[in-house]
Amino acid sequence: MIKLSSVSKKFGTTVALHETNLDVSAGKATVLIGPSGCGKSTILRLIIGLLEPTSGTIEIDGDRVTPTNILPLRRRIGYVIQEGGLFAHLTARKNILLMAKHLKQPAERMETRLHELCELTHFPEDGLLRYPVELSGGQRQRVSLMRALMLQPSVLLLDEPLGALDPMVRARLQDELKEIFKRLQQTIVMVTHDMAEAGFFADCIVLLNEGRIVQSGTLDDLRTRPATEFVREFLRAQRAVEAI
Amino acid sequence: MKPIIPILLIFGLSVGAQAQRIVVGSKKFTESYVLGEIAKTTLQNAGFAAEVRQGMGGTIILWQALQGGEITLYPEYTGTIDEEILKTKQPLSTDQMGALLRQRGVGMTGELGFNNTYALVMRRDRAAKLGIGKISDLRNHPDLSLGLTHEFLDRQDGWTPLSARYGLQMRNVRGIDHALGYAALANGSIDLKDAYSTDARIAENNLVVLDDDLHFFPQYKAVFLYRLDMDRRAVAALETLVGTIDEARMTRLNSEAERTKNYALAAALYFGQKPVSPSNDLIRNIERWTLRHLELVGASLFLGIIAGIPLGIRASRPGPVSNFILATSGVIQTIPSLALLALLVPLPFFGISPVTAIFALFLYSLLPIVRNTATGLQDIPTAVRESAAALGLEPRAQLWKVFLPLASRTILAGVKTSAIINVGTATLAALIGVGGLGEPIISGLNLNDYSTILQGAIPAALLALLVQFFFDGLDRVFVPKGLRLKQ
Repeated sequence: MIKLSSVSKKFGTTVALHETNLDVSAGKATVLIGPSGCGKSTILRLIIGLLEPTSGTIEIDGDRVTPTNILPLRRRIGYVIQEGGLFAHLTARKNILLMAKHLKQPAERMETRLHELCELTHFPEDGLLRYPVELSGGQRQRVSLMRALMLQPSVLLLDEPLGALDPMVRARLQDELKEIFKRLQQTIVMVTHDMAEAGFFADCIVLLNEGRIVQSGTLDDLRTRPATEFVREFLRAQRAVEAI
Repeated sequence: MKPIIPILLIFGLSVGAQAQRIVVGSKKFTESYVLGEIAKTTLQNAGFAAEVRQGMGGTIILWQALQGGEITLYPEYTGTIDEEILKTKQPLSTDQMGALLRQRGVGMTGELGFNNTYALVMRRDRAAKLGIGKISDLRNHPDLSLGLTHEFLDRQDGWTPLSARYGLQMRNVRGIDHALGYAALANGSIDLKDAYSTDARIAENNLVVLDDDLHFFPQYKAVFLYRLDMDRRAVAALETLVGTIDEARMTRLNSEAERTKNYALAAALYFGQKPVSPSNDLIRNIERWTLRHLELVGASLFLGIIAGIPLGIRASRPGPVSNFILATSGVIQTIPSLALLALLVPLPFFGISPVTAIFALFLYSLLPIVRNTATGLQDIPTAVRESAAALGLEPRAQLWKVFLPLASRTILAGVKTSAIINVGTATLAALIGVGGLGEPIISGLNLNDYSTILQGAIPAALLALLVQFFFDGLDRVFVPKGLRLKQ
């Protein structure tokens, strides 16, 4: 579905991502995890074309990502970031419909889709007329998710979507998000730094460190067959409360 | 048949005369205003349609305006023609001067009579106490405080060569406006200033003129300079004024103008007429000034927005072009307004017209708009920027649908700043005779008449407040509600 071949990214002399190959399978949830600065967000931003790779190629559904086809490709990808990235001057409704309106979709189709999305994300429809500052953190992330899903993308990218939320809201949203993923049956790439969250969502976990993929597999694979000492250490550092 | 010919002649004359509209310029001090009014009346009596453009900036602006044809004539002094216009190294005879001016398309009338040379003046009591009677006495008093007009400080026959000739080493010399200088002399904050020898305020303020014992100051005989394409009969009418105004008479006319605050009245005194009281309807004047002021501010601000926002958008992206845009609009802001006007007036298309004032104001309005637009756009968080791109919006749509609305409050604040600055700066349009609320301010400043100054200053201040309120109202229209809500 998404294929990175020998992709690297340098900022000046700093290497953000060494030459990397990655295959994201269709209909599966892949979680990129690792410490800060390991290159996990860089991969996401390369896929959606916010960054251009220094070397290598990226393909989505067989189409190579280039500057000329990036606009139509982005419209097939949903992207959710930590703080939501909502536009403060627009109501929740207008945030969600912005792109569909720009593409002049028929009003009826937009209303139907909006209704579906509210139902999917458990967002109260009367909240649609509120502005981002009038919404709670959890509600903002729901709106952001609806905005990402509006055009029925074939891929959903999430960059620490729950990172800025307090633990209670976060736990509830994790449950809901997993439910949503299950219903969507979509290709999902998510970035997190929390191993429990990764284990909760992932069909496949990709662990990165210092711009390289260290190991990929299920949580079980990582736990029982750590490829390096770093994998063992990273898992140990993320101990659960019960284990203390 | 006989009587018909003179009638036809008169008829023909007046028709011919009306074909040329004559504009009389004057510099911004009392004597020049009065001479301008005298010329106007003389020409009107000769059957011409004449009007006066009062209080234009200075020698350069008037000379350019004369050459450009915005004015037809103006009163000038032989010393100034010599030093500032022809810039000859040695003094010229009247004939030589006339010949050189003719080469430049300008005619000169004969001398009107009086010699209004520069002079140094001090308070009579102070001069007596220090025992100063002539300029060379100043050598013994290097600590006196001098407040000289900016023009005198820079002139080729001004302060620097004067102090060289006399060997003066004065330690406290500063520039001050001519009219304000008299107030400074009166309250003792300066000891000495430059003046014109026919200035009515020398007698009024009980000042003494220091004797120019080394004969430094050149002759400043008043004449009229006119365009050679001016009607021959108008030239003839002006020539009737030659030799009719001596120092005493000019001083009296100046004094009358300052006493009555009315130049036309003083000019009427020259003709020995009972002056026709000109329409002095304050409300209508203020209305006229204010409307012109609004025109200047409105037009320049409109242009400022049209040009400033696109420049600001360009300047929000990093790179040398942005630095250039921001630096240039910053540098423009540092050019003094009188200098900017003086630079623009000689250019083709500009001249002495509202267009020049509007263009100058437009240049001044750029910086706040450009800078605020650039800052407003740069301050949009990266997350929001990237979200707009990641949605798949084209760059143009990102700008219009997301970035500009998000920056709207900052951009509008810049426009507001420009508008308020322009309301203040537009008073300077009066320096090139374009009118606006600066007109009463400048003539009031020259007359040392606070009530006239206030006639311009109060409406200008109210206008600034009004503009402020107006833009606060615009916030509700242009800034999206989502940005006005409190968290």
